[in-house]
Amino acid sequence: MARRSIPEVNAGSMADIAFLLLIFFLVTTTIETDSGLDRKLPPLEPPEEDVVIKERNLLQVLINKSNQLMVNDELTKLEDLRQVAVDFIDNGGGLNDKGEPCDYCQGAKDPKSSVHPEKAIISLQNDRETKYSTYIAVQNELVAAYNVLRNRESQRLYKTDFTAMQDMYNDPKTSDDQKDKLKPRVERIQKMYPQYLSEAEPKKN
Amino acid sequence: MAKFTKKKDGELPAVSTASLPDIVFMLLFFFMTVTVMKDDSLMVDNTLPIADQVQKLDKRDRVVYVYAGKPHPRYQSKYGSQARIQLNDKFADVDEVAPYILAERAKMRQELQPLMTTALKVDKETNMGLISDIKQELRKVNALKVNYTTKEGDAMRNIE
Repeated sequence: MARRSIPEVNAGSMADIAFLLLIFFLVTTTIETDSGLDRKLPPLEPPEEDVVIKERNLLQVLINKSNQLMVNDELTKLEDLRQVAVDFIDNGGGLNDKGEPCDYCQGAKDPKSSVHPEKAIISLQNDRETKYSTYIAVQNELVAAYNVLRNRESQRLYKTDFTAMQDMYNDPKTSDDQKDKLKPRVERIQKMYPQYLSEAEPKKN
Repeated sequence: MAKFTKKKDGELPAVSTASLPDIVFMLLFFFMTVTVMKDDSLMVDNTLPIADQVQKLDKRDRVVYVYAGKPHPRYQSKYGSQARIQLNDKFADVDEVAPYILAERAKMRQELQPLMTTALKVDKETNMGLISDIKQELRKVNALKVNYTTKEGDAMRNIE
């Protein structure tokens, strides 16, 4: 018996089927933004004792309802905030709690500004009518100030950016071995420039 | 000369569409990989602010989303034009945030519960008063890890 050739399957409708699937996915899915500023809120229970903070160790950032910025009683532009914060944190004009000077600080050692990065606190206060975008911009600049300093120290010690190390450390794809290696480095830099960003409750008008 | 016989003019050869399915499949796979399934449909305006010091959000199974902003024009006749909070598919009041967070946390696997992050997706025109209220609610239920979800870009563009 002569072998009959198998008839070819008509693939003409394949494109239609694929289009159908494509349109289904286009409709049911979204491209999500999955990045942002990570922050930690303070716990609700008040600290047991009142900590006395010297005025020189506090950088007061106020945002009023018309989105103007006041840093330590001076009207400041948002563009300048990063540098002001860097100067304040990195001042290193004194000793920390253990009586050690800040040997890695490169600031001006101004006697009116902070004594040590471990003691420097930035306090952010906003009005209830402040716009969210301004608040985020200010938060962004303050985080940027810390990142500038942390990157600088990280470059000096490990020849890599702190932000890159942190991203890698937080990435779930990074292997545990690498994470173990990164952990002490990340923690060391975080200890050198700890983020003390306190947020006061907004003013009620 | 047979070699130089003129082709019959007026008859263009048909364009082959054999690769069309491949192209469409390629597009399909692209969209399948870069997008995620929608789980809440937004009822508020949600133009996120811009920041450049961003960190990647954690995996989706440990993130709780809280949306806020002005109600979409479609809902404004019913809910007004004041900024509102949206949780899951409906508008909510400030005092509903805490129970919502607790419920979402209880749904998570035990070992992920301490890692829970609250992602605040807030429209950039919103006043901080509402956000402060949300933050107070979050502190009440000890959900202290928050992420202000933003687009990536130059932060100076926020103040224009």
